[in-house]
Amino acid sequence: MTENGNSAARAGAAAVADDGPKKTVKLNIFRGTEEDGKEVEYEVELAEGMVVLDAVLKIQAEQEDDLAVRWNCKAAHCGSCSAEINGKPKLLCKSRVEEYEGQEIHVQPLHAFPIIKDLVSDVSWNYEVSKGIKPFTSDEQAPFTMYEEDVERLYEPKKCIECFMCQDVCHVLRTHNKHEEFAGPRFFVRNQWLEMHPMDNQDRLEDVKEKDGVGLCNITKCCTEVCPVGIKITDNSIIPLKERVADEYYDPAKWLMRKIRGRKSMTNREAEAAKNGN
Amino acid sequence: MQATFEKVRLGNRHLEEGVQALSSVAAAWKKLPWWVEPFTVAGVLIAFGIYSTAVIVFAGGQYEQYISPFFSFTATMDTPAWAPAFITAPMLLLWIPLGFRATCYYYRKAYYRAFFWDPPACQASAQTKEPRSAENYRGERALFVLNNVHRYFLYASFFVIAFLWYEAFRTVFTYDAGVQIAVGSLLWFANIILVSAYTFSCHSFRHLIGGNMNCYSCVKGGGARRKTYNFVSRLNAKHPQWAWYSLFSLLFTDIYLRLIAAGTIQDYVLISFGG
Ligand code: SF4
Ligand code: SF4
Ligand code: FES
Ligand code: FES
Repeated sequence: MTENGNSAARAGAAAVADDGPKKTVKLNIFRGTEEDGKEVEYEVELAEGMVVLDAVLKIQAEQEDDLAVRWNCKAAHCGSCSAEINGKPKLLCKSRVEEYEGQEIHVQPLHAFPIIKDLVSDVSWNYEVSKGIKPFTSDEQAPFTMYEEDVERLYEPKKCIECFMCQDVCHVLRTHNKHEEFAGPRFFVRNQWLEMHPMDNQDRLEDVKEKDGVGLCNITKCCTEVCPVGIKITDNSIIPLKERVADEYYDPAKWLMRKIRGRKSMTNREAEAAKNGN
Repeated sequence: MQATFEKVRLGNRHLEEGVQALSSVAAAWKKLPWWVEPFTVAGVLIAFGIYSTAVIVFAGGQYEQYISPFFSFTATMDTPAWAPAFITAPMLLLWIPLGFRATCYYYRKAYYRAFFWDPPACQASAQTKEPRSAENYRGERALFVLNNVHRYFLYASFFVIAFLWYEAFRTVFTYDAGVQIAVGSLLWFANIILVSAYTFSCHSFRHLIGGNMNCYSCVKGGGARRKTYNFVSRLNAKHPQWAWYSLFSLLFTDIYLRLIAAGTIQDYVLISFGG
């Protein structure tokens, strides 16, 4: 705390007395490709409030015009600039250089996906997974009449900006390479949104269990720790899905009830149908 | 830092600074090397395991109006004749809270990280320490699929909770000391409140109460379900904290019982009517 306070004071002083020595910052940036890459150290002039993306772009403009970095909005909205700073996934445009005062700064691309060049990874695997998720389907025509109380839970998963940092940090993908069997946290967020949507009529639990592999997640919450928009991925998406999968596949009492009643557990869509007299 | 602490001393109206101090402790905790957390968690859980095993194997569970939460209704029980010799009475109860916590979504996270290092922490350098080979990892698909039984331990826990509440009231409405509130009673109530907060913030409970619904406006009583669900969701956001607080309150309550039984400390009676 004291250190930060001092540094702010120092930065302020430097801004006033502009004839004083310019402050610089060193960045170790990954350069190269998957097969052949290493970190290179760069030094740039520090500006007040500078984010790591600013520093990278400054290096690109002044020193290395072939430095590859992906970015778009510079406002933490588009999710393009995800990379790893000191081993943790971060949005480059949301991470202030000052936060790393007193530490070395290492900037690397996302490692759970193939590295194309420098700070750019190929995240297209995610788009393939996305295509495999049953789209929203309803018997009714939009626009729907929906009530706040039924959709309030759906705002949180909708905040996702598809930065794929949760995918990057998830050990199931990153360490165990289960890309074939596991959809990853981002797509459980999506599945939860669809599964809880009052107007959706698809049965998604089999996919969630088998194709998307929710059982491979061991709820260790790294995804939640890195999500830049603060989605509580594990608590509010993955665990609720695990509970629904348990209803369907691992709960003997529920199974027995389905046998006796001769239908699936009572869902609210069915309840709604009953209310409407079908 | 120093400044923050001084302001906290000024009292309640500086609660905000207090919160700030706490969050700077949290921030300091985050700055520690990644292995501190898994080792701390492993250490605390092992210590708790050793303490509770010692208690249930070697110790008694009752002193005057107090009943150890480790024993609950088994404190006055004899082990049934059919039970093998190594079974002590509290074991007939303890499989419930033990199973409940062992299959709890939060404790699962804690032990997958602390004991299995699966992963020990999130940053790149920690993840490379994960001992399991890529092919070996089955997550909660192989053995740990059994954790799906969690909801049944939740149902069983409702009985345990009822007994613990009863026993907390029994420290106030005693058989021979009349109605009294002693320091111990406060401890017993603090404990059952924390244990209840832990139990009712459970993910399976949250699911049972409304998480399994997709449309509250479609069913009778849906509004009440939704309100309960939202309340449980707020409790649930603090589930890890309740897990730890209640673990420690169980521990302190039991230690307190042993200290007053040994005469090491006095159980001060704060208020008493007749007796
Ligand atoms: S909680 Fe599950 S999905 Fe999220 S990072 Fe951990 S294993 Fe991956
Ligand atoms: S859930 Fe969060 S971390 Fe994952 S892709 Fe969406 S915004 Fe990024
Ligand atoms: S550039 Fe859009 S999120 Fe960083
Ligand atoms: S999730 Fe922790 S007790 Fe159920």
